[in-house]
Order: sequence, then structure tokens, then C-alpha cells
Amino acid sequence: MTLQAFALYGVMSMLAFALLLVMIRLIKGPTLPDRVVALDIISVLGIGFVATYCVGTGRSAYLDVGIVLGLLVFLGTVAFARYLERRV
Amino acid sequence: MKSIILSSATRLLMPLMLLFSLFAFFRGHNEPGGGFIGGLIAASAFSLYAVAEGVEQARRVLRIDPRTLLGIGLLVGLISGLPSVFKSKAFMTGVWMEQTIPGLGKAGTPLLFDLGVFLVVVGFVLTVVFSLAES
Repeated sequence: MTLQAFALYGVMSMLAFALLLVMIRLIKGPTLPDRVVALDIISVLGIGFVATYCVGTGRSAYLDVGIVLGLLVFLGTVAFARYLERRV
Repeated sequence: MKSIILSSATRLLMPLMLLFSLFAFFRGHNEPGGGFIGGLIAASAFSLYAVAEGVEQARRVLRIDPRTLLGIGLLVGLISGLPSVFKSKAFMTGVWMEQTIPGLGKAGTPLLFDLGVFLVVVGFVLTVVFSLAES
């Protein structure tokens, strides 16, 4: 196993473990803001997965998915925050 | 209920999103991208502005009513099919320019059709978002 493959598998498993932890928070999360933050982190982890996959396969086309996710996830969280603020 | 953080971030993010939508639009034909995804990114830039500054302000920034934009987009898509008819080919066959435009490559009717798709997507998404936010 080359060093790069080792690093890739290491990063992927770390991201997967983080996803597992966030999923626990998403399911358990006592309040709604907890769940919104968990959703936000899931999409950030998705950007991480896409970027790692790009490095692994050498195909740069997937980086655009990361850029679009990074630009739009923010909007989703803001909309959720506005909804929460209005509801209280 | 206006947030200073959000409106300053919007001032930075919105030009970036519009620029990226143009980038995705122009790269479309041979690589991932195109009118649809470009239009979605542009529409989300405007809806971010609507969340930050209010729907009225966003309508003023857009200048044209989104429904008018939808109609213009459909018209542009129809017009893009016509040049091939005058060259006695089937309707909507791609017709390309003879000379290349520097920095852009060869332009043709598919670009025009993509522009139509772009405008339709922006118009449709903003119509939905604005009327949902106003209700």
C-alpha cells in the first residue's frame, strides 16, 4: 500500500467516523437547533468526501460539486435559522 | 429581524455566486455545467439576498419580474431553434459560427438555447421562492 493510498483510506475512515457521530447527534438531538447544526456538519463532511475522492481519482470535475455545496449549504442553514427565529 | 452578519456575508457571497453561475453556464457544453445548474446557482444567489435583506429589496435588485424572465427564457429557447430552419435543416439543429470568439470558443445556437434554459430556471425558482417568502 503506497503512502497516498494509506492517507486516502485514513481520511475516508476518519470522515466516515465523524459522519457516524454526527448521525447520532441528528437522531438523538434534544432540540431542533442541534439537528440543524448536525445537518450543516453532514454537508461539510460531504464536501470533505468529494475533495478526498477528487484527490484519489485525479478527476477535477468533482471539485465543482464541492464548490456548489459550499456555496449553497450556507443558504440552507440560514433559511433554517430564520425559520427557527420566526417560530419562537 | 435584519442581521448585520448575514447582510455583510451576502454582500461578499452574492457576487461570487453570480460569477460561479456564469462560469458553470459557459463551461456547459463539453464538461459538467450548463444552463440548468448555472441558473440554479444564480437563483440561489438572489434568494440568499431575499433572505438577508427582504423580498422587496431582492425584487428591486433583480429589476425584472421573475415571471417575465421565465417568458423571455422560453422565447430565447424558441429563437435558438430558428437559424437551422433558414439553413434548410431540421428545427433545432445546432448551427455554429464560422470564426471563434477569443477566450470563449465557437459560439452557436446551443449557447443561445442554454441561455434560454438559464433564464427559465432563474425565473421559475425565483417566482417560487419570492411567493413562498411573501406568503
